[in-house]
Order: sequence, then structure tokens, then C-alpha cells
Amino acid sequence: MPTLTIDGREVEVEPGLTVLQACEQVGIEIPRFCYHERLSIAGNCRMCLVEMERAPKPVASCAMPVADGMVIHTNTPGVQKARRGVMEFLLINHPLDCPICDQGGECDLQDQAMAYGFDRSRYREGKRAVEDKYLGPLIKTIMTRCIHCTRCIRFATEIAGVPELGATGRGEDMEVGTYVEKALTSELSGNMIDLCPVGALTSAPYAFAARSWELTKIESVDVMDAVGSNIRVDSRGAEVMRVLPRLNEDVNEEWISDKTRFACDGLKRQRLDRPYVRRDGRLQAATWAEAFSAIGQHLKGVQGKRIAAIAGDLADCESMMALKDLMVKLRSPNTDCRQDGAKLDGALRAGYLFNTTIAGIEQADACLLIGTDVRREAPIINARLRKRHLAGGFAMGVVGPQVDLTYDTEHLGDGPQTLEQIAAGQHAFAGVLRRAERPMLIVGMGALARADGAQVLATARTIAEDCGMVQDTDGWNGFNVLHTAAARVGGLDLGFLPGDGGLDTGAIVDAAAAGAVAVVYLLGADEIDMDSLGKAFVIYQGHHGDAGAQRADVILPGAAYTEKNATYVNTEGRVQQGRRAIYPPGEAREDWAIIRALSEVLGRKLPVDTRDDVRARMAEVNPNFAAGPDAVETAPWGAFGTDGPMDPAPFRSPVANFYMTDPISRASVTMAACADALAGAQRERTGTDG
Amino acid sequence: MLRDADRIFTNLYGFEDVGLEGARARGDWDNTRALIAKGRDWIVDEVKNSGLRGRGGAGFGTGMKWSFMPKVSDGRPHYLVINADEGEPGTCKDREILRHEPHKLLEGALLAAVAMGANVSYIYIRGEFHRETEALRRAIGEAYEAGLIGKDACGSGWDFDVHLHVGAGAYICGEETALLESLEGRKGMPRLKPPFPANTGLYGCPTTVNNVESIAVAPAILRRGADWFAGLGRSNNTGTKIFCISGHVNHPCTVEEEMSVPLRELIEKHAGGVRGGWDNLLAVIPGGSSVPLIPKSVCETVLMDFDSLREAQSGLGTGAVIVMDKSTDIVRVIARLSRFYMDESCGQCTPCREGTGWLWRMMERLVTGNITVEEIDLLDEVSRQIEGHTICAHGDAAAWPVQGLIRHFRPELERRVAAFQARQADQAA
Repeated sequence: MPTLTIDGREVEVEPGLTVLQACEQVGIEIPRFCYHERLSIAGNCRMCLVEMERAPKPVASCAMPVADGMVIHTNTPGVQKARRGVMEFLLINHPLDCPICDQGGECDLQDQAMAYGFDRSRYREGKRAVEDKYLGPLIKTIMTRCIHCTRCIRFATEIAGVPELGATGRGEDMEVGTYVEKALTSELSGNMIDLCPVGALTSAPYAFAARSWELTKIESVDVMDAVGSNIRVDSRGAEVMRVLPRLNEDVNEEWISDKTRFACDGLKRQRLDRPYVRRDGRLQAATWAEAFSAIGQHLKGVQGKRIAAIAGDLADCESMMALKDLMVKLRSPNTDCRQDGAKLDGALRAGYLFNTTIAGIEQADACLLIGTDVRREAPIINARLRKRHLAGGFAMGVVGPQVDLTYDTEHLGDGPQTLEQIAAGQHAFAGVLRRAERPMLIVGMGALARADGAQVLATARTIAEDCGMVQDTDGWNGFNVLHTAAARVGGLDLGFLPGDGGLDTGAIVDAAAAGAVAVVYLLGADEIDMDSLGKAFVIYQGHHGDAGAQRADVILPGAAYTEKNATYVNTEGRVQQGRRAIYPPGEAREDWAIIRALSEVLGRKLPVDTRDDVRARMAEVNPNFAAGPDAVETAPWGAFGTDGPMDPAPFRSPVANFYMTDPISRASVTMAACADALAGAQRERTGTDG
Repeated sequence: MLRDADRIFTNLYGFEDVGLEGARARGDWDNTRALIAKGRDWIVDEVKNSGLRGRGGAGFGTGMKWSFMPKVSDGRPHYLVINADEGEPGTCKDREILRHEPHKLLEGALLAAVAMGANVSYIYIRGEFHRETEALRRAIGEAYEAGLIGKDACGSGWDFDVHLHVGAGAYICGEETALLESLEGRKGMPRLKPPFPANTGLYGCPTTVNNVESIAVAPAILRRGADWFAGLGRSNNTGTKIFCISGHVNHPCTVEEEMSVPLRELIEKHAGGVRGGWDNLLAVIPGGSSVPLIPKSVCETVLMDFDSLREAQSGLGTGAVIVMDKSTDIVRVIARLSRFYMDESCGQCTPCREGTGWLWRMMERLVTGNITVEEIDLLDEVSRQIEGHTICAHGDAAAWPVQGLIRHFRPELERRVAAFQARQADQAA
């Protein structure tokens, strides 16, 4: 290990580090603009200059690898002078419009100018002005502020995998842009806003909305997909102003998808802020007491097996636990959390988890994707797969939809036949997987949410076992299910599934159509076919006036994910807790409390009075919830799935339009703009659309 | 003065046959096989002992540079890249070699390639050099046909291919790592060092980038011996050098001379002296536009070599001598150079991108005197904020001419400021 001297202190660091990293290890902060630990080194801002003995001129510490015997000075007058010089150069053509800049208060240039800037300008010449660029509906550009650090270019090229940004022109005429003006086609583009050290790239929906110091910041968890990205929710008063990523190396590193970041304006629209009861064929505003009594009347004397409950994609664990217990008390076995009809049962945890873990992808050396468009179903996991791809030596095969995942994959086939060939060892890629030391597969809902899903699951298990994906020696488990709903793993963990003789989602809908089920309780379930529910009495508990609320006979207004302290389990089986940033609107209440209140009206009072009681109950049902937040328990392997023939129909991804997958994103104006600009979705237009 | 017998580039002016026959008659390709047979270590040592310093401007020891190449390949190929992107204002030496002595370059390339274990050489030629490209392409064809390069070059058993790449007109692509970027098909932007090209260069492989002249003199050194070359010039500044004399002289010319020739002798013997006589001399830029100018007083005694010019706070650079007589508006000259360096900055790193424009704008005001005396100090300070803080030497090259001007012509600058202010006062009155 090389030993170097930094400011008179001897430091031993790992080889391969840069001087800047070595300085950080001893607590010396080096100012920088272009350097970012997750991007390649550019060395172009020259802010990180330090003095190195025996070097004729200052060196850029971000790009200089450590060597034994190096002597580094970071605080000499020479270093200060060099940095002041660079800062002055950066500022001469910077507009200094901080008072009207959205980056103000969280701007690297502003912060570092406090340390290295002058209090007045010596620049008497005309300043540069740069035309703003169009990068799509999410990123607002004020290119005159650009300091040419190229972080955005490197992010687009390296992390997002869409080499659409670049620099044109040279010298002081160099400009960052797409050359041909068009929206960036990345699902991760919003991260460039965070990366931009100045106000050149800012959030378009958040433009001029708030100043960073006015915001209340709450650390929470995202529910837009099953990744469980760690987020920070910034709110002011009763409004969520923006969502930012929070560092979690095991889950999302420091990135979040555009839906996670920008769908938050959907929290302000189409909200259910008071109970409704359908009277004379129309939904009419009601009080909680009226809503509960309407439910009580309709449930009176109804047999348990004629009652059903379906949990939606955004449901939290607490509310699912409470509803499950209520349904048991009502003697109903008809509960299901798989509104997409995925053929997963809760019997064996390893059979429905992303066992490798997201961070574990980096250890894999071969991967088979089955019926999943990872880029649109979970952009953050796709970024991890791309990261692994870039490291080299990672063979990737795809069975299912042939889509651009931003990295090279081998398309093996469209559907189950190819899967059978691999399972039988007749396909060349089976050899690739067998030869790999740590192979993995990812099976998506496009393969499982179909009639033969259990057979596909069994075939995937066969491949996993035959190709050595499940290893006893070091605990490697390469079998992964990629969920698309934040609620799914939690629901499976809590057994929100059909009980003895109970009906699953499809059967509930059929039974409702046939009149065999009289009451359907939808806990935020909007993705089922509402027209097929026949004459059933539908209770919709949720936060958005989406499909479910339209069909409902009683609406119980619940809380969105930013408005409650709630537990979610991500696709890895990671138990995480979201925290309340603002209060639910109007009379809306936290979801488990609504169910608890209803249970009392129905005379089936649940024995839980506080959130902690519900959580204790969850831990009782499944000890994974007792492990505390952020724990990922390794799930033991076993048999799951059902052997049998598969339907040859090709796999199709369940996510046709990345920007609109749930009630919140469907209510978001920003997501609608993205869908128009990017997803190419043919949205139904009304006569008033321009 | 260089004796004709010691001249290396005997057809510098193209009076004789440029083709292979003519080149052979001048001694090129004469038993090259025997030179190769002496082995790569011998070649490197001989070039080291000759004291040859790079002719591209920086003056780094050529033999030393070659010796940095890995002795044993780790599986990656080695590359020799020849920098024929001669764009330094005032410089026109490499183009004469390319036009009239291309076989010297090719033979040198083969010997250098053997010395560094390279089987492939890329010649990156300036895009504007159309005729030079034609001449070089013809010579490469002749050499291939005669078996001098290609498979089993000169019957030595060494395979050697030469590829010609035509640049697209960016000055910065003459910087060695920007040249490599450009050669790889990317925007010509200098790379960070380390890693150095000898370790990670073209396509990530060990690479040496040499100037045309450095390569072209190698065969003569190997044939005549290191001692002969080292005997020319003075210690640490050996051999011959092609000088390009332009500007206010009676006969602008390109000439091969002994290193360390006095500047005054060079101008008077070869260029017919300064227009209007030596006393009419104002200043000289002795090494291409990147080096600081030297005033007449320094020109009297300075020797044209690396060390003497360095002592005079200038540099030998490419050996392009730009002579300016007393009719010259020296401030406009430097302002024009500042404009050049602003235009040619690649824009990658901050000090050069932002600083070169600042320098030029202040220089433009200095031309008319519309500037304060304090701002002259600021100008100097800005140039020093650029110098040494950039990725490549372009920042230094932009700073030095301005620094040279302020160092030697401060009274003239202040006179302009005073004159401008007097005019302003007159108009106001």
C-alpha cells in the first residue's frame, strides 16, 4: 500500500486511488466541479489543483493516481492562488444571477465562491451569453450558467447509456447540447439536475417554485416501482415540492428514475379528500360516519365467501395487514394482492424475491432476462445491470421483448419455447450460464402475470438450479423475480393471498360479474377491469380518483405515500419505512387507521390501536418485519412453481408506458408531458386538446 | 556555419529528384538492414548519445523518450505516431521534409519503430498540407513497392506498416495526446497525464509521438554515428536544426543550420539581414508564436538553441524565427496571436477556455491604449493564472507571448495608455 504525505501527515492508502480520494480519507476536502465519484475522470475544471513536490506545476488531484513517497500540499499560498484563479475564470462568464437561479442555496459554484471567490469582478469585457437548449419536458436549461464540467455528458454516456449529450464548438464557444434538439430519451435524466454543479440544468417542473431553505426535508422511500429507491421528500406547507434521491449504495446508489422524481405533482391532482357514497347512481360527498354506515348496511348478512378484497400496487404493509385481518374476521378467504394476476404464491420467499440483491448484480458474471423490460420496469436496476456490463465479462441473454436496454444483450427468443430449450440444456446460452461462476436470471411480470405463469416460474427455477445459480457454498442465489409494484412483496410476505378455497384476483372479478361475490374491497387497486365487476358493491379505499374510484359505491379517502408513515418491502425483500412529509388532504386519513375504524363500525374490531401495534402484528405474521428497517434476510431455497406445459405466446412487458403506471403518475401533468414527448404513447385525446 | 558535408537535408529545397531514386542517390535507404540488425538497444543508445532533443518544440530527449517504451510487449501492440500536424505560426520546416525528403522520414520511422518494438506507424499530417500529403503518399507507395517498408522491411525480418492520416485543421491536434484522440476518431482534446502515451497511448497501447524532424534525422545519426551529431552545436544542444526565418528580412527562408548558431548570424547570413539593416530590428519571436519575444538587445548575443534562449526567458520552440522591424505595431502582433490562441483553445479546461478570451479582449484594448496601467498588471496576472494550470501546454503558449510583451515593452504599453488618455481629455475639452 502506497504511503504518501499530505500536508505533513503520513497516510497509507489503497493503491489505485487518486490524490483527491486520499485527501478525503484524511479529512481534507478538495474543491471540485467536474469530479464525481461515479463518473469517469475528466480533470477539466482545474479547481482541485494541489502542489506535488518534484512536479514543476500544480497537479489536478482528481486525476493523479497516488504513488509511494508522494508529498502533497493542499493549503499553500500557491494552491490557494491557483484555485482563486480558476474560480475567477469560472465566474467571468457566469451570469451571477443567483437571486433568480433555482440552484441558489444549493449551488457548488456559489458555495465554493465563498471560499475562493473575490468580492468583485476584475472582468471589464462583455460576458458570454449562450442559447438555451431543449432537453425535454423535465430539464430546464440556462446554458449561460454552464461551466463546462461535462458531468451531464458523462452521466448520459456512462450511467444512463444514452450518448445523446455532447459538446459542440471549441474554446469559449463550446456548448453542451444534443446538437439536433430533442428530448433526452433516458428514464434517469433527472439525475443530471442533481449532478449539475451550477444552475445550468434545473428541474423544469420545479422552476421558480421554492427556495431550498424554505423546504422541510423528510427521508422516505419511493413507491413508483418495486425498487424502493431511497428518496428525500421536500415539502413546503401542505405541498410536496420535489423528490430527490437519497444515498443508499445497496439500492439506488444516488440515482432515482424520472418517475420517482417528477411524478410528485400528481399528488396534488385528482385527490380524494373526503368520503363519497353512491346515491341514486351518483357519487355524493359524505361524512366518514355515512360512508362507514353504508358499508355496514351492505355487509350485513353477507356471507364471508361473497366478500373479496384486492390490494393495489401502492398499498403499504400496515393497511394490507389490517385489511387482511379484517377479512379474516369477516370470514372471507377472498383476498389477493396480485392485481396483475402474477402466478406467485407466498409459500416460499425465495420464489418471489430478487435474491441476488441489487448490489449483488455487480458480482454476477452472466445473466438471463426472462419476460422483462428492465429499463422501463425498474430503471435503477437497469442502471446497475449496465454498470455491471461496463465492467466487462458479463454475458446477457434476453428471452422476451426485444428492447433497447442501453447495453448489449443477446436476444435469444420471444417466449417459452426458448426458455424450454435453455432449461433442457439445448440452447447455447445454457452453456454460457453453466460455465459462469455466478450466473443470475431475472424473471419479470411479463412472464409470470399470465395463465401459465406458474409453469414459467417452475421452468425458471429449473434453469436456476441446473445452471448453478443457487450455490450452497457461498450463499450465491442468482434467481430473481423483478416486481413492478411497490406493494407486491409486502403483500406476499403478509399472506395477502387467497385463503382456503379463496379466490384470486381473476376469479374475484369473474365471481363479481356472475354475482357470486357481492362486496369487493379495493385497497388502492386500479388496474383491474372495473367494468367486469357486475353488480357488486365496491368499496374503494385510496388517494386518487382513478379507475377504482369511478366504479366505487363507497370511497374511503386514504393517504398517498408521502402522507403516511408506512412500511414497504422492495423486490429484494428489503423492509423499508416511508415517512410522512405532509398531511393527507382534507378528510383523508392514514390507511390502516381507516380500516381499524371501519372494523369497529362493523363490530369486528381489530385489536390494534397504534401503528406500533400493527407493526407488531406484521412481525408476528412474518418475522422479516421484526428485523427492523433496511434489513434483507436471505431466503432459503426450495421448490416452487408448477411443472407443466407453457403457452407459446411471447412474453410481453407489463409496462407499456414508463411514465404512466399508477394513479399518481397518471395524475401527473409532468408525466403526461413526458409520455407525449418520449414514450410515443398514443394517448386518447379529447376534443379540447390542442 | 554548417559545413555542406554535415548537412542532413541535402534536398531541403527540392532542387533534386524527390523520388526514391533521388533519395537513394543522396544516401537514404543505404543498407538500412544493417542498421536494424544492430538491434533496438543499439539504436536507442545511439540516439541518446547523439543528444538529439525533440524538434517539435518541447525539446525532450528523443532517445530518452524511445527508451520509455516497454522492452517486452504485454500483448498490446506498440505504436509510433509521427506528428506532421505542423501548425505553429511561423513554422514551415516539416512541410519541406514532407515535400522534398519524405524518404528520410520513412527510413527514420522504420528505425524508430524497430527501436520501440512497433510494427505500425501512423503519420498524422495537417489537413491543409495537400501537396505534402500527395508527396508523402507517393513516397510511401515507392517504399512499399521497393520492399523498404511493409512485410520484412528492407529484408530485415521486421514488419512495418505506415498509415497516413489527414487532420481536419485544428491547431490543438498538434498536441500529442489531442492528436491521439483525433486519430482515434474523437474530438481533438488533450488527455490527462498520467497515464503517459508510452504506457497508454493510441487505442490504449504503448505509443510514442515524435515530430517529423526528430524522426527524419535519425537515419543520419545512426549512419554517421552519435559522436558526429553530438559534435555539432554545443553540449546539450547538439546537431543540426532547420530554422524558418520569416517577417521583416530581405530573404525569408527555411535553412538547415548548426544548433547554437548566433541569431544575428542566422538572420544575416541566410535571410539577407533585417529589412533596413540590423539597427532597424525591433524584436524577434525566436521559436514559433508560442514563445515569448526577445527585443533587439537580446538578439545581439543570443544563440539559437534550447538553453541559450531559455536563459533569455524565451525558447527555441520549433525554430521558427519571426523577425519584426521598427515599423511593426508589436502590440497588434501579440493581440493577433492572442486571438489565435483563443480561437484554437479546445475549450476543455477552465483556465484556457475562459482565460484566452479574456487575454485577447484586453490585448485588443491595449492596442488602442483603451486600458489602464493597473490593467496591464492584471493582464500579466491573468496570463499567470492560465500558465501551468491547464491540461496541456496550450495555456502556456497563450500566456507566454503576452508575458514577453509586457516584460520587454512595458514603456511602449504605458505610452499608449497615456496617449489614449490624452486624446480622451482633448476630446472632452
